[in-house]
Amino acid sequence: MSSKNNGSSLAYRIISLVILVVLAFLFLFPLYWIVTGSLKTPQAINSASPDWWPKEFTLRNYETLFSKRTAPLFQIGSLTGPVIPGAIRWLINTVFMAVMAMLLTCLTAALAGYSLAKKRFTGRFLIFSLIVAAMALPKQVILIPLIREMSALGMYDNIWAVILPTVGWPFGVFLMKQFAEGIPGEMLEAARIDGASELKTFTTVVYPMIKPGVGALAIFTFINSWNDYFLQLIMLTSSTKLTISLGIATMQAENSTDYGLIMAGAALAAVPIIIVFLLFQKYFTKGITMGAVKG
Amino acid sequence: MPATMSPLLRRRENISGYLFLLPSLVFFLGFVVVPMGMCIWMSFTNANMDINTPTDFVGLANYVELWKDPVFLKGLRNTIIIVVVSVPVVCAFSLWVASAIYRMKEGPLSFFRIVFYLPVVTGSVAVTVVWKWMYNRYYGIFNYLLKNGGIIDKNINWLGDQKYALACIILILLTTSVGQPIVLYVSALSNVDHSLVEAAEVDGATNTQVFWRIKWAQIMPTTLYILIITTINSFQCFALIQLLTSGGPNYATETIMYYIYYSAFKLQRFGYGNAMGVILALFIAALSAVQFRLAREK
Repeated sequence: MSSKNNGSSLAYRIISLVILVVLAFLFLFPLYWIVTGSLKTPQAINSASPDWWPKEFTLRNYETLFSKRTAPLFQIGSLTGPVIPGAIRWLINTVFMAVMAMLLTCLTAALAGYSLAKKRFTGRFLIFSLIVAAMALPKQVILIPLIREMSALGMYDNIWAVILPTVGWPFGVFLMKQFAEGIPGEMLEAARIDGASELKTFTTVVYPMIKPGVGALAIFTFINSWNDYFLQLIMLTSSTKLTISLGIATMQAENSTDYGLIMAGAALAAVPIIIVFLLFQKYFTKGITMGAVKG
Repeated sequence: MPATMSPLLRRRENISGYLFLLPSLVFFLGFVVVPMGMCIWMSFTNANMDINTPTDFVGLANYVELWKDPVFLKGLRNTIIIVVVSVPVVCAFSLWVASAIYRMKEGPLSFFRIVFYLPVVTGSVAVTVVWKWMYNRYYGIFNYLLKNGGIIDKNINWLGDQKYALACIILILLTTSVGQPIVLYVSALSNVDHSLVEAAEVDGATNTQVFWRIKWAQIMPTTLYILIITTINSFQCFALIQLLTSGGPNYATETIMYYIYYSAFKLQRFGYGNAMGVILALFIAALSAVQFRLAREK
């Protein structure tokens, strides 16, 4: 760990590198096992000595996954779309949910974060304290009341019942406030002197400054919403309204021994979100570090 | 911003401040603050799933019943075990990984950061179902490896055995918990004041001394934050239990979080579930406060 390359620290470095590589393999293994498992034959799956690499590749598990359930592509009133595999419908639901949660969160949090960082209004401290306190509480505690609330609003078993609470979660506001703190006051002052309206100031001065933060929040919200299994589980019940995680969970409850089929489902749920993560991981890292509440 | 604002400017700040805040505040109040209030209120009632049946105020009855409920007490015990085991392990593991990678070049550094974060991104359901297969008594990779390695001679029913089930759950939880702490520690370690480290090295301090005397003190705020988020995370461990064991065998993996869900959906007792929610929230608040105090004193 020292910059001096004496004997013991070199040995330490080599040993720790070896351990790191082994750990990396172990952490990658479940994902590898999902993808290869989804391409294995039932014989290979239900064998006491597993194949490390599939001896025979098959797409059978995916065929079963796509033919097992069907659903209309969309349903607006009495208008129903063409019939598609249920798993694809779940994927569409999930993308819709994650995109909506992402857009609404970014929009509301960017405005609110700027306000909390730069506006000097009465009650600012109280609201900010409330936000920090709420972040420290486990989200799941409020889920039972949320069911009641959503039923009262007529939104139970509707994808919006999953989207709206995600938008309400105050982490985004906190993150955006962290980024907005960095905007120099003189720039805002200059815009004001130029006679720019509040909204104009936001779009031309504030937004360009906090753009990296918005990127971080977008990717963060997208991934978290995609994977928020508990919220999806308690809010959605009809089989055409499920998300992909929920659909796979339902399938595994029904055919818990058909691991090939379940792995195909798991791959369908995990691979798209992993690709999104890999594409945007730079923003993601930034979001995690900026969102940390430092004592 | 000038320290003294004219009344006109102050009014303008108030109005625009609240207008920018408004959209977010609607969601926050509507879907976080109001449900929190409802949670506390419902914990004193016999509310159930059906919003049309009248609910009665039952005072502290739910809370009194909880302390006599053996399932709740078992769940509390298991939840505490999970937190006590996973929090120190996650912190130590991620600090070690971070200190081993933070001086690497950008390429390998992001590779390791990504690899340890992948189980989080993969999603709890996909992760859980593959582990379920790996733990399987007949086709699972664990039994295969241990048997071939001569460590066991009979296949073990990992998730169906009271002796192993909770440990199996904790192992999965650990792999899905270290991603974020590693990212945080890497960033904290690279921000450590380098002049202090160099001064100590000139004075002949060993690596271990430099680490504990200088770096450890400087990354303390990060450690504190990691302790708190890991504690909250461990308390929330739900998907693993719902999909793998449903709290069994014989309540060996029952946790408060799972019992809240069970009370609401299987027993249809919202009031009872919310009383547990309130206790869980108080528990986490108290624990965070203690961790905060301890870290501050040092």
